[in-house]
Amino acid sequence: MKALLMLEDGTKYEGTGIGDCRNVVCEVVFNTGMCGYPELLTDPSYCGQAVVMTYPLIGNYGVCYDDAESSRPWVGAYIVHSLTPHGSNFRRDMNLDRYLLANHIPGMEGVDTRALTRHLRERGTMRGALSFGDSIDEEAMLQAARSYRLTSHVPLVSRTDGRFYPGEGAKVAMIDFGVKQSIITSLTKRGCSVQCFPHDADFEDIRQYAPDGVMLTNGPDDPQDCVHAIGEIRKLLDYGIPTFAICLGHQLMALATGAQTERLKYGHRGINHPVKELAANRVYITSQNHGYVVRGETVDPKVAEISFVSMNDGSVEGLNYQNGRAFSVQFHPEAAPGPKDTAFLFDRFVSLMGGNRE
Amino acid sequence: MRDQSIKKVVIIGSGPIIIGQAAEFDYAGTQACRALKEEGVQVVLVNSNPATIMTDKMIADHVYIEPLNLTTLKRVIEIEKPDCILPTLGGQNALNLGIELEESGFLKEHNVRIIGTSAQTIKRAEDRELFKEAMEKIHQPCAESRIAETLEECIREAEEIGYPVIVRPAYTLGGTGGGIANNQEELVEIASQGLHLSRVGQVLIERSIAGWKEIEYEVMRDGKGNCIAVCNMENLDPVGVHTGDSIVVAPCQTLADKETQMLRTAALDIITELGIEGGCNVQYALNPESFEYVVIEVNPRVSRSSALASKATGYPIAKVASKIALGYSLDEIENAITKKTFACFEPTLDYCVVKIPKWPFDKFTYATRKLGTQMKATGEVMGIAPCFEAALMKSIRSLEQHMDDLILPSLASLSEEEVKARLYEVDDRRIFVVAEALRRGISTERIHKITQIDRWFIDRIETIVNMEQQLHRAPALTEELLKQAKELGFPDQTIAKLTGKTEKAIRALREGFGIKAVFKMVDTCAAEFDAETPYYYSCYGETTEAVNSGKKKVLVIGSGPIRIGQGIEFDFCSVHSVWAFHDMGYETIIVNNNPETVSTDFDVSDKLYFEPLTPEDVRNIIELEHPDGAVVQFGGQTGIKLAKDIEAMGVPVFGTSPDSIDEAEDRERFDVILNKCKIPRAAGTTIFTVEEGIAAANKIGYPVLVRPSYVLGGQGMHIAMADKDLAEYITAINQTTQEHPILIDKYIMGTEAEVDAVCDGTGVVIPGIMEHVERAGVHSGDSISVYPPQTIAPAMQKKIIRYTIDLCRELHVIGLMNIQFIVKDDEVYVIEANPRSSRTVPYISKITGIPIVPLAVAAIEGKKLPELGYDYGLQPPKETIAVKMPVFSFEKIYGADINLGPEMKSTGEVLGIATKYEEALTKAFIGSGTHLPRKGRAIITVSDVDKAEALPLARRLKALNWELFTTGGTGRYFAQHGVETTTLRKLGEEHPNILDEILSGRVDVVINTPSKGSAHHRDGFHIRRTAIEARIPCLTSLDTAAAYIRCIEMLDHHEVSVIDITKI
Repeated sequence: MKALLMLEDGTKYEGTGIGDCRNVVCEVVFNTGMCGYPELLTDPSYCGQAVVMTYPLIGNYGVCYDDAESSRPWVGAYIVHSLTPHGSNFRRDMNLDRYLLANHIPGMEGVDTRALTRHLRERGTMRGALSFGDSIDEEAMLQAARSYRLTSHVPLVSRTDGRFYPGEGAKVAMIDFGVKQSIITSLTKRGCSVQCFPHDADFEDIRQYAPDGVMLTNGPDDPQDCVHAIGEIRKLLDYGIPTFAICLGHQLMALATGAQTERLKYGHRGINHPVKELAANRVYITSQNHGYVVRGETVDPKVAEISFVSMNDGSVEGLNYQNGRAFSVQFHPEAAPGPKDTAFLFDRFVSLMGGNRE
Repeated sequence: MRDQSIKKVVIIGSGPIIIGQAAEFDYAGTQACRALKEEGVQVVLVNSNPATIMTDKMIADHVYIEPLNLTTLKRVIEIEKPDCILPTLGGQNALNLGIELEESGFLKEHNVRIIGTSAQTIKRAEDRELFKEAMEKIHQPCAESRIAETLEECIREAEEIGYPVIVRPAYTLGGTGGGIANNQEELVEIASQGLHLSRVGQVLIERSIAGWKEIEYEVMRDGKGNCIAVCNMENLDPVGVHTGDSIVVAPCQTLADKETQMLRTAALDIITELGIEGGCNVQYALNPESFEYVVIEVNPRVSRSSALASKATGYPIAKVASKIALGYSLDEIENAITKKTFACFEPTLDYCVVKIPKWPFDKFTYATRKLGTQMKATGEVMGIAPCFEAALMKSIRSLEQHMDDLILPSLASLSEEEVKARLYEVDDRRIFVVAEALRRGISTERIHKITQIDRWFIDRIETIVNMEQQLHRAPALTEELLKQAKELGFPDQTIAKLTGKTEKAIRALREGFGIKAVFKMVDTCAAEFDAETPYYYSCYGETTEAVNSGKKKVLVIGSGPIRIGQGIEFDFCSVHSVWAFHDMGYETIIVNNNPETVSTDFDVSDKLYFEPLTPEDVRNIIELEHPDGAVVQFGGQTGIKLAKDIEAMGVPVFGTSPDSIDEAEDRERFDVILNKCKIPRAAGTTIFTVEEGIAAANKIGYPVLVRPSYVLGGQGMHIAMADKDLAEYITAINQTTQEHPILIDKYIMGTEAEVDAVCDGTGVVIPGIMEHVERAGVHSGDSISVYPPQTIAPAMQKKIIRYTIDLCRELHVIGLMNIQFIVKDDEVYVIEANPRSSRTVPYISKITGIPIVPLAVAAIEGKKLPELGYDYGLQPPKETIAVKMPVFSFEKIYGADINLGPEMKSTGEVLGIATKYEEALTKAFIGSGTHLPRKGRAIITVSDVDKAEALPLARRLKALNWELFTTGGTGRYFAQHGVETTTLRKLGEEHPNILDEILSGRVDVVINTPSKGSAHHRDGFHIRRTAIEARIPCLTSLDTAAAYIRCIEMLDHHEVSVIDITKI
């Protein structure tokens, strides 16, 4: 089926529909990873976004349920150069097209994704409408794209079922803003038990749980929309409990301590992002997925010091809080997809919690 | 930070081009030299290969074209007094030499240290036991291999490793006698045979991982411990085929993120444990049915794979490795492509890359085409496209094998059963067989079961086959179908063939629909950042990124894959022409498809188009760039073949016109020119059929030289002694359709000479005359070539000069000209004239110091050579004598006959430079790897016609107290003339016979001349093959033998000198 992507600036891209061909309006972003699409699709941080893959051959190894980072794919739409009909891998559970269809994800292929990526790079992330069929009302699509309001998807992806993952070691309270399963397994693998709290949990609930540490997870969209969480995190930090925050969690912690965040022109989305840990003067390759960033100049050095910076644009990639009890990173040490070079951060968190117990 | 104590560095090159070690090291070395010079470091380069760009004065500060051995390196270090040595850029040889120097204590003694990866690290990566220990320490599984000497040991080891196991007899010829044992019964059968066949009574028992996926990682690490993975690559051919002989795709296609990260993490753990500082290659075998893997090997240096990874991603591995060696860390080095980011990042691709090896089986028709663990390819090509299908199709076109697609005509006549049977054969044509199998409806699953090629690849080939069938059946070629075919990489010619139309009609149709190629950029970052480096590939998409600058510009046609007959020399010429045009104010645009070369380095030209060299692909570039002209004369025959097409596209061919090129190549037109100049040539004619050929040969008189026209490297060329031979050869040539006639010439047995000349339209500059040691009949590329001539009389040299000038003038040559002559009985005959660059241009440029290629470019630009300081005529010879020695890779091509003849067989060359001829010759022999013992044992067995001539050689060896062995005929003849030899039993007689003697390891040289006319004479063939496989020099021309003996005679007086060619 014919598919059309209409960007808010009126640029059009034609292609063929894949997955569940239903009209949607999304924020359009691109990701440069060459593999790891099942993880990407199921990463709740992509909730509501139309993701353009710069690597042209997507679906090569099908979809394996084990690779899912959450219960279902969350992307708003999936835009690829070409979708491989039959995936080849010993763990394949399903072909990608069927997977998208079964999960009602619309998408398109046959797009000059490099041209689209260059456009987004030059003009910045923008809204876009995706329509299918032979009689597409382009004017209506343009209006739809322009009138689309970006709202936080955190309430949608945050789990409220209070799930508990047992472990013999440190007791972690995790505030779920749209957690990737790999964050949980990174902790449980290190012996931690993990108790999930929803995004709108109160500080008091967490305090009463008496955890050894708090994990603030990744999640979608603009951190400034998470007003309640910012207030509660402030209290957590004052309380002095060991805290580790990733991605959205990192931004929320910064906001809670008076720093500001801003939108990046086109975000960091890929698995090849170099970051430098300033104290060690070492560079690590990281997995990243964020459209917003902490503004370095707004970080009060009395509150936190910048621990990691992006080698590509110098933006803030991590903060160490001066109380020595909390640290956060913008990138994804849990990887999945991507390099596991910074998995040691989970070890740091565990030892930080160990210190607490003594 | 930059280590300021590093001021002068010795770089060890890789030596001659041989199978397994091609142009990739010139690329890496050149890039490294430039990176070091950028940092103000003085570079001393040592390499025996004169055809390389790295051995240029402008690349290194001091250049020693000397045999690559300890003696040379020690002398160079004594003279140059460097502070450091960098051994990781010249392949395995350089690495070994670096280690030997270190271990001998010489480096320490001279205060020289190894920079980059340390000697200790190299040893830990290279030494079997140390490596195993290191891998065990970090829990990395290795491929298990154990030595067994008895059946009991075999069984015990096999049980420990676990069945199935591979049994490999140690030191057997061509790996005969090995096999895969699935159980003890099979093991006993295979191992007992293997133990018997092994010269040392040993077999290796290895765990069988055949059929696993072969995955490679190119990784880098700096002194601070920062690690990155530049690229991963997946072999289409499962484990079992050498990675150099595999079709390789980048990035990996069939691995999920879990497998990808598992192997990436392992690679980084490995280089961290080993302490690599620079680039490193890690090869894995991955079980396709699980997460299980083994580390096959680790190469702590730049390699063929790192060159491929560099070209596939745009990440300059050798350059970054050199900067790391200077002390920089990855975060201090700029990303040369984006100029906005740093070297400390991992490239991400938004296209697919396919590499296909270029095999020499067209040269060695009798050789086995089977692929295994011994690499056989001489070079490779790469294709870049948004999909695998198109990248594969581009690569196939780039091979220049008269094939533009996956349709191999000879398979069409096979039955379905035969096609199935062929699927089991692992050879260079397997990809075509897979396509044919799919055409016959054999299922992907079935093909996968037989070949173990991943289903993903088979599916992609099926997409191509389906498109072939759609095109074939389509009642009309719709816009949609045509577009799809172009997106899959189908050239117009194939579409024409399948739809029964002409190529021109397809192009017109396509243009009508507006289906045109666009160009995308290779930018290391999938368009995430704006890149500055103009490195492009074509595809069929929406927007193009290459922009016509509107400047004055020239299109330089590259030389394609390294192959026998067209090697690295032509890349040397292409690159120098690019630089020369750049200096003349041109924007330079190069098109080439060889990932191993300097010419495809992104900062050599102003623009690089990584594309096949076919008329259609070149046209796409021309339609965008509208260059002011194109040059074809520097890229060997590849460029020449495109000359007429380019002219027809409305682009002027700079320099000698396509019509003049044709005049030189076309037999009859060339005869007219020769007659006009009153230059004699061997009587000859052109023919098409066997009947015509026999009639012509009888008129001219045997022996005759038979060859197809428009070829390079004497492909398909033979000396025929009688009608029977002639018929055989003509039939062979005509097996592929000939557009051009076959040439038949009288064979004149004289001394061969050769010149490279530059003509500016007014006069001719001849840098020098070269004389060949071997008489006419041995291809010039396989002959020992000497500059200046040693035996050609001055009067004859004058004739050579006159003929050269006359021919250049009559052919209206502008630029380069190469002419080959035969000197016999006070007459000089012209064999052929090639108005293009040649194999000898690099070495003559270096030895005479005359910049031949820049002069040719100046001439093309209308400059007169005397204005540039070069008088017309022969330039005064230098006092230095240079001997160019061919180097062969026969031991790698099982079943290839090694006897020298009119068809070129050498893969590379070395140069010997000295002030005396004998010393230069000796250096050349040593550089080529030929051992020259003062006293030794020789086997001499020559054909009847050569016996009289061999006699004095035998006498000279006797005088040197050599022990001589012969077979019946030769021995009797020598004895009759007073030279006593030990007669060996002939082949097929009872043991020990001549083969046993060769295999015994007690023989130093074999001199064997084949009976003329019968190319595949069995006894001689076996003697020669056995000598090669036992690594004993085997000389098949008495002229080579005489040169060899001459060197031995003067060994006593011989003292090693080394010469810095920048000071000649």
